Amino acid sequence: MPVFTLQINKKEYTADVSADTPLLWVLRDHFGLVGTKFGCGIAACGACTVLLDGDAIRTCVYAVSRIKSGQKITTIEGLSEKGDHPLQLAWDEVDVPQCGYCQGGQIMVAAALLNSNPKPGDAEIEDAMHENICRCGAYHRIKEAVKLASTKI
Amino acid sequence: MSTLNKTSRRDFLKISSLTGGGLLLGFSWFSAQAETPFSITEANFAGDLSFNSYLSIATDGTITIFSPNPELGQNIMTSFPMIVAEELDADWTKVKVIQAALDTKKFDRQLTGGSGAIPHSWKKLRTAGATARYLLIAAAAQRWSVPSAECTTANGMVIHTLSGKKLGYGALAEDAAKIAVPANVPLKNRKDFTIIGTATKNVANKDIVTGKGIFGLDFYREGMVFAMIQRPPAFGTKIKSVDSAAAKSMPGIIDVVNFKNNVAIVGKSTWEVMKARKAVKIEYEKDGNLESTENHDQIFAELLKSDKAIIRRKDGDVETAFKNAAKIVTQEYQCPFVPHNPLEPMNFFAHVRPDGVELVGPTQTPGSARQAVSKLLNIPEDKITVEITRLGGGFGRRLKYDYVVEAAELSSIIKLPVKLMWSREDDMMGGSYRPAVKYRFEAALDADGVMTGYKLRGVGINLGNATREHNFPAGAVPNLLIDSVEHISPITTGAWRAPVTNFLGFAEQSFIDEVALAAAKDPIEFRLSLLNKARTNPAGAIKYNIDRMETVIKQAAEKSGWGTKPGVSQGFSVYFSHASYVAQVCEVVMNGKVPVIKKIYAVSDCGEVVNKSGALQQVMGAVVDGMGTAMYGKLSFTEGKPEQKNFDEYRLIRMKEIPAIEAHFINNGIDPTGLGEPALPPTGGAIANAIFKATGTRLTRQPFIDDPVIGKLLQGY
Repeated sequence: MPVFTLQINKKEYTADVSADTPLLWVLRDHFGLVGTKFGCGIAACGACTVLLDGDAIRTCVYAVSRIKSGQKITTIEGLSEKGDHPLQLAWDEVDVPQCGYCQGGQIMVAAALLNSNPKPGDAEIEDAMHENICRCGAYHRIKEAVKLASTKI
Repeated sequence: MSTLNKTSRRDFLKISSLTGGGLLLGFSWFSAQAETPFSITEANFAGDLSFNSYLSIATDGTITIFSPNPELGQNIMTSFPMIVAEELDADWTKVKVIQAALDTKKFDRQLTGGSGAIPHSWKKLRTAGATARYLLIAAAAQRWSVPSAECTTANGMVIHTLSGKKLGYGALAEDAAKIAVPANVPLKNRKDFTIIGTATKNVANKDIVTGKGIFGLDFYREGMVFAMIQRPPAFGTKIKSVDSAAAKSMPGIIDVVNFKNNVAIVGKSTWEVMKARKAVKIEYEKDGNLESTENHDQIFAELLKSDKAIIRRKDGDVETAFKNAAKIVTQEYQCPFVPHNPLEPMNFFAHVRPDGVELVGPTQTPGSARQAVSKLLNIPEDKITVEITRLGGGFGRRLKYDYVVEAAELSSIIKLPVKLMWSREDDMMGGSYRPAVKYRFEAALDADGVMTGYKLRGVGINLGNATREHNFPAGAVPNLLIDSVEHISPITTGAWRAPVTNFLGFAEQSFIDEVALAAAKDPIEFRLSLLNKARTNPAGAIKYNIDRMETVIKQAAEKSGWGTKPGVSQGFSVYFSHASYVAQVCEVVMNGKVPVIKKIYAVSDCGEVVNKSGALQQVMGAVVDGMGTAMYGKLSFTEGKPEQKNFDEYRLIRMKEIPAIEAHFINNGIDPTGLGEPALPPTGGAIANAIFKATGTRLTRQPFIDDPVIGKLLQGY
């Protein structure tokens, strides 16, 4: 099997896996980065979202071989060193999580949004977040937290 | 995590080291009577003390409580410490909660479900906190040689106001442990609450937003293998033959084993297992009825006419009431099967060793799971440990423990520690659904528009009693007949958030609106007049609280400005479930021909609100869930096979579809009565009633987007 070298959260990781292995399972099974969650396996819920060079990707359908040399992956564990990214602080301030399972993916989608559009309007937040499922229905607070974070970036 | 076993000396030392010594108060979390907590010391621990939880105060001031209930998003890990800290006058952030592993000897209600965690813990936790406070004051008074009555407490310290002396709880803990525990320590007056009722953030937020591995699926153990199971794709089929040769030779695959109707693929990584699973060739054959959704429609029609219904409640003389009626209103309502769809799919870790079994994962019912594993593997329960992780949602699905038993059985066959994971497709196709159901309501009105007769027939699939026969409007109608018939199907069903009431609430509250319209009464006035009748001239037993229901109705009318908003179509609904009362008003505004759900008001009486922020989450989440399910939720079948398999085919509500939600609580000082479920049952009816007012179309079948007249207009995004 080929060996893949990945830049994740400013560290180098290597994995000896088949080329079609979705990044999700490389992160979870091989690197112990379990903050990236499995929800559907078909890119329909967003629980598995990470940043690839600042853009959101769905790792459950993103083969590890698609990642090019030099591309930087950021997972929820690496969004900030001390858990103090404006989105992480806003998520706590607004008290978003219920069960909490989807929230890592929600935060990563929001991070990609704020990377490209630091002051999004309501409709832009909804457009960006609409593809992410929160089964507990915490959507109101997710929206509020993204807005709050955007005022602090 | 730790297990609190039958009070051995070893256990005591374990607890002491875990909690840092000091004061240790044992109490019975779920026993029926409010017992006096007692101090546990190394000396008296030799005896056979009976307790199932403890509150400890360590010499460094750390306060610990030992909680039996699984956490699945209802936020008890935050609200339990708030309750203790309130009575103790402690800094609640210094109160740690230890999630207890399973111990059925100690916990007689170690499950999460039925909106019961807070109601069952309320008095126990308060009494434990108040008792600890009493002992700490007594210890300080002794040390200072002053009367206890001159001492007070604040923020984790005992204070002697006259001399200005202060001591922290940690410094007093060891002395407090030597003082006799009194009975009947008074609890605080609720007007003095400073923590209970505040909006307090979830203690797990930090772990959640930084991606800590706190869920069942995040559990990894050195040397464990990964497994998935191919189950029959259709209800009513079984395995005929399996060819797993190709799968077995694939990279990373350790074994492919068959047991019961399962083919388990076991490998070294999740992805290798997923790939090999596709290479297993399985033939299935018929093993029961292969039912389709059309068959169910036919079955429902027959059961509505059946003479074999079980009578659930009968008051007065229904036949005569309908014979003498000035007007009769009849309507039928139907709801489909729906899966629970917790975002974390079913999974469990199991290691069956010669000397015992280790189980780790997300479950709402650890006790039943262990019992079933014990029975299946013929291993005594005391050799089986169950460690409970945080649950990535439950909604009732994890009350069933099928996936726990599967993991244990597989581990016993392959003799390896294994983590079993269900895919989303496995989860959605794997059963335990909310049952499909149909209702027929009939109401008899006299010439003045007074409801004199009421009939309800509930027919469900694998749903014993599709009614809640003692709920409103029972007691308010002199002649009433409620009965039900069940169809037994191979499609498996189970409890789904607010069982029965999640669809009955929609049907009943839609029907009451139709009756109000026929009686030419305002929907709220009509409901209030029924309640008044139940109060002044009750028919049969009344098992709901008329005052509490009336209060939420009136408050919802007031908060929503009922009937005062031109251009806004308001729909009303109220429901009593899990001992709480919730009234809702849905507001719909027409955008051309499209009815748009703009806002939902929810007024809840769940008794005392412990955590305002958590309570708001429960209400808003339940309204969103109730709306999403009513609007979009449907699992249909062709010859026993579910037609929706993942979130591309099964529609869950998403951000753009949610209306504004304004939630209020009744501040009446009643002990807490549950909130995980009660805000869901009224939502479907409030929406249907508002849409009727806006469009004239009566929605009688969920999901609403399938309505033949206006379904297409409700599709949204």
